[in-house]
Amino acid sequence: MSAAAEPILTVDRLSMRFGGLIAVDDVSFVAQRSDITALIGPNGAGKTTVFNCITGFYKPSAGLIRLQHPDGRAYLLERLLNFRVAKVARVARTFQNMRLFAGMTVLENLVVAQHNALMRASAFSFAGLFGLKSYRTAESAALDKAHYWLDRTGLLPRADDPAGSLAYGEQRRLEIARAMCTDPVLLCLDEPAAGLNARESAELNALLKFIRREHGISILLIEHDMSVVMEISDHIVVLDYGVKIADGTPEAIRNDPKVIAAYLGIEDDEVEKVEAEVGL
Amino acid sequence: MSNEAARSSRTLPLLPALKDATLSALVACGLFFFMIGLRTEQGSTGALEITTRFETFAMLVALVFAGSFLRTLVFGRGPIPLGRAIPPSLARQVASASRFAAPALLIFALLVPVLFYQNRYLLDLGILVLTYVMLGWGLNIVVGLAGLLDLGYVAFYAVGAYSYALLATHFHLSFWICLPLAGILAAFWGVLLGFPVLRLRGDYLAIVTLAFGEIIRLVLLNWQSFTGGPNGISSIPRPSFFGLPFADAEGSFSWTFGLEYSPTHRVVFLFYLILALALLTNWVTIRLRRLPIGRAWEAMREDEIACRSLGINTTTTKLTAFAIGAMFGGFAGSFFATRQGFISPESFTFGESALVLAIVVLGGMGSQLGVAVAALVMLGGFELFREFQLYRMLVFGFAMVLIMIWRPRGLVSTREPSLYLGERKT
Repeated sequence: MSAAAEPILTVDRLSMRFGGLIAVDDVSFVAQRSDITALIGPNGAGKTTVFNCITGFYKPSAGLIRLQHPDGRAYLLERLLNFRVAKVARVARTFQNMRLFAGMTVLENLVVAQHNALMRASAFSFAGLFGLKSYRTAESAALDKAHYWLDRTGLLPRADDPAGSLAYGEQRRLEIARAMCTDPVLLCLDEPAAGLNARESAELNALLKFIRREHGISILLIEHDMSVVMEISDHIVVLDYGVKIADGTPEAIRNDPKVIAAYLGIEDDEVEKVEAEVGL
Repeated sequence: MSNEAARSSRTLPLLPALKDATLSALVACGLFFFMIGLRTEQGSTGALEITTRFETFAMLVALVFAGSFLRTLVFGRGPIPLGRAIPPSLARQVASASRFAAPALLIFALLVPVLFYQNRYLLDLGILVLTYVMLGWGLNIVVGLAGLLDLGYVAFYAVGAYSYALLATHFHLSFWICLPLAGILAAFWGVLLGFPVLRLRGDYLAIVTLAFGEIIRLVLLNWQSFTGGPNGISSIPRPSFFGLPFADAEGSFSWTFGLEYSPTHRVVFLFYLILALALLTNWVTIRLRRLPIGRAWEAMREDEIACRSLGINTTTTKLTAFAIGAMFGGFAGSFFATRQGFISPESFTFGESALVLAIVVLGGMGSQLGVAVAALVMLGGFELFREFQLYRMLVFGFAMVLIMIWRPRGLVSTREPSLYLGERKT
């Protein structure tokens, strides 16, 4: 648990409608600083929609999303659109079906992630075009950071290979490394353990714990793999049909009857009771 | 795959070969009957008359039959292993030699005016090839690096040419002042095109850029009072050697350097001028590729959404790609105007855009050397077959098909990473 209970992300009455479909209905939750917060729920519960609202890919129909930086600055994410969420508010994300720059090398993927810092250092390409010293220093710093994250994710031997040639698990780790290279305050991971085997899942857990412990970065993740969720999360939010049905520590969530019902359905003998309630 | 092909060729698959050949012949029958078998001609009374050419038709169908039969017999039904037609030892030699290809080509280009000083035709051809090399390199920024399929690149070539022509004829500005101005104006039009197409990709982008190219041409054609319409702009000032004109007079280039006047001086100067402009394009592209902006272009080509998730402003990234690509097109355009001395909208048709795009695709998108070689092959090939006017397009099309089977991703398809960690690893 975090030392001081201080919210980093406050989602307040968030709703997202696509035409007549209400994908997210009045969802509120709080993620604490340096916590790992998990967002879980059955398929189609609206988890990724919440994610897309937080990371600026969707503009929510209603609600506030407030991000508080450690230095006290606060941003209303629903007002920042598109790339500005990543650039200004420093929220990094990964994607459910990875989006790597497959034709570029692993190292290039990590350097592209440091685009904004390098762009400033190269004076919008003019200093870089003539190879000024200030740019070369910045580039070498960028390479150092890439080197650090390659080392952390065990991708150092593959640094100069095309990202598309990596194995599936390596690609997952590369996407996290790439997100970390943007220097985020909040790291949002959309199903980071999907398609990983047990050993790779354990490695992922270790990596996420390392990121939280050493860099103090708060993590918000969507995950179906309960071995990951229950082991590393400090806080779990459960969605079902676009509505928040539970919110609490892993132990509380594990025993919550609503969550069990949402995941496993209800017992046979309860069906009659429920049918009676709805008037069948 | 290779075993299968080998096995089938050992047993000589006569039956499948016959079957394939019959099918191909049937298709050829359907196609050629109306296109070649029948022919309408104006008869003596002025009415159309149908004449038949069944011998030619039968010959072509027989040719298709034989070709298809032999193909299946020799290569089997799979793809033709063109790669293995070249022995690996030779392929390795070619690969190791290709490292020297770029410096060798550059030295050759520098020596062309010395070697062929007497041959005016070859010098003119060299200037033409280099113009297309420069256009290819300019378009390569937009298509090869940023992955934005632009079918209207000739528009910027036209903007550059008309900017130079109008500025030079109305305000009597020198070439060296007009050149950057033409580049800036072309870049401005590049941004103007960029704005409406920000959300488009692939086929949709291609259609809009195609339309943009046509709009520019039609405006040039119809705005009679400004551009001269179909008559174009003539007597555009010819280039001077940094103020010294190429003429047989006092104060001219040859007079100053104590040389005997020769019209070839100007051609040689133009040759080195376009070579320098092309090399500038190349240098800037190579530098930009290793800068954050160049890497952002390539990243955008790979995945635009991922770029946004990393905080990259895809709007400005796209617009800079359009602007810089257009700027080099504008430079090439103003060179074209000063070289020709006369321009009209006829020089800026869709055919030019298609040719430049073909050079980029044939050379291998993103490869500087490939684009240069492709420009040389395409324009050199055009000239080589000028004698056989009738078969020129046939040979050209056939060669394109062969190259695309042999090298589907262009002549030079390998991508050189913009930076390495290699030396740090050791």
